[in-house]
Amino acid sequence: MATEALALTGIDAYYGDSHVLYDVSFSLGEAKLLGLLGRNGAGKSTSMAVAMGILPPRQGTVSVFGADITGKPPEAVAAQGVALVPQGRRIFKSLSVAENLLVAARPPRKSQSNRWDFDRVYAAFPRLKERQGQAAGLLSGGEQQMLAIGRALMGNPRVLLMDEPSEGLAPQIVAEVMATVKRLKGEGLSIILVEQNAQLVFDVADDIVVLNSGRVVVSGPAATLSHTDLHQHLGVY
Amino acid sequence: MTFWSLLTVNSITFGGLLFLLSAGFSLIFGLMRIPNLTHGSLFMLGAYVGATMVGGLIGISTDFWIAALVATIVVAAFGAVIERFLLRQLLGNERAQVLMTLGISLMVADFCLMVWGGDPLNMSTPAHLGGFVRAGPLAFPLYRLAIIVIAMIFAAALWYLLDRTRLGAMIRAGVDDAEMARVVGIRVSRLFTIVFALGAGLAAFAGVIGGPILSVYPGLDQDMLPLALVVVILGGTGSLLGSFVGSLIIGFIYNFGQALLPELAYFVLFLPMLLVLILRPQGLFGRQMP
Ligand SMILES: Nc1ncnc2c1ncn2[C@@H]1O[C@H](COP(=O)(O)OP(=O)(O)O)[C@@H](O)[C@H]1O
Ligand SMILES: [Mg+2]
Repeated sequence: MATEALALTGIDAYYGDSHVLYDVSFSLGEAKLLGLLGRNGAGKSTSMAVAMGILPPRQGTVSVFGADITGKPPEAVAAQGVALVPQGRRIFKSLSVAENLLVAARPPRKSQSNRWDFDRVYAAFPRLKERQGQAAGLLSGGEQQMLAIGRALMGNPRVLLMDEPSEGLAPQIVAEVMATVKRLKGEGLSIILVEQNAQLVFDVADDIVVLNSGRVVVSGPAATLSHTDLHQHLGVY
Repeated sequence: MTFWSLLTVNSITFGGLLFLLSAGFSLIFGLMRIPNLTHGSLFMLGAYVGATMVGGLIGISTDFWIAALVATIVVAAFGAVIERFLLRQLLGNERAQVLMTLGISLMVADFCLMVWGGDPLNMSTPAHLGGFVRAGPLAFPLYRLAIIVIAMIFAAALWYLLDRTRLGAMIRAGVDDAEMARVVGIRVSRLFTIVFALGAGLAAFAGVIGGPILSVYPGLDQDMLPLALVVVILGGTGSLLGSFVGSLIIGFIYNFGQALLPELAYFVLFLPMLLVLILRPQGLFGRQMP
């Protein structure tokens, strides 16, 4: 069996008494890209919160490269090499651009070939370099998204979770973000890309998982899924 | 002329003490989202420990600055213990944590009463800072000027720590968005302990150097805590600049109010707080709470 970079198995998750994820299972292969689709409120962000250790599941397990991390706090999950680009970006607004990167920096693991540091992040996103001394809260939406991605990369992750990175951005910026995603995948990073826009995902994904009302309704290699299947669960896209 | 300039120096001196007290209070509030109601007690505890050592413990009187250092370290360690072993048990339950800090403050007050009794302790100023500084016809107490200088040095050091170091950036990230800080790998719970110990140590240090001016008495805690609260409401939580400016403003209002309108001193003190709460609830330099 190939190593799974990240696996959720039989996850049931709640916010208080409200049951949000029902027996959710999916796994991300090493150096693969998994597209996680679903309508608004389907449970995509909640799945990411469970994977990151923000929301401990009531049932089921989460594992990273075979290590069980169920119930571990986010800082421990980060130490396992998981990084999140959250929905809404959530950059540290009162910190400068450089400080946002600094606080997230984590030394690479020994086996890691593509190492991230300030120079490489700035090379990937030149606009961040131009604005490194500025308060991050003053950046444009697109720049904030670049910063959120750069911040995640500074942790030298092996698994990157990206929650709707195209949300609210102009088409040209979306194209830039998607180009970055492709490049990261090409470098061997294992990625989960959460999207409402299925078309964006189909270009880059190896596998697709569709959530609907907290349940996995479609799961399989992108190549074998017909668009009509997805239509049924996602509506017009 | 003499009256006004002395009042001004006293205001700035008191503002300096308030800054040392409220900087930690503000940081704790910003990061942990709780008003630490033991903060006045930590100030008082520092003052008692310092006064006792300076006054002579088992016949040996300690140098003022060594006493200040010891009191700071002891109370900082006490703060770390409070955070690590008591508040930590109630993580995520801010209301219970606030009640816990209130309970500890009452226990500290009782403890001090038991150990040091009900009479005020007078603390002498360090010998080398006794006299006056003359400027033309005016004479200012050297010790009060020294407090101003010390407060400025601490302000600069705290600014450096918070604004120029990685630890400081991590603390500010935690103030901004604690959950996201944990997601990027920052051990926010360790920051809680560090900030709580730092705040406790600063409060204790303020208590010692304030001792010769304020004297040390039961109830000192309850006199200081509301002032820290007003400063932080005025300046905004989690903002060092806010505590700095807020402390100066309150230092002036408090001293001028006591001198000119003694019967309305508290009214004058809390009026700006009410105005800020109504007009700018996040404080002069604070951010909107998420
Ligand atoms: N913090 C929260 N507290 C309570 N309910 C929540 C919270 N966050 C999300 N939900 C609910 O959980 C469900 C799934 O939300 P979410 O995972 O954010 O969906 P998606 O990311 O697919 O749009 C929704 O019904 C949403 O209302
Ligand atoms: Mg979402």
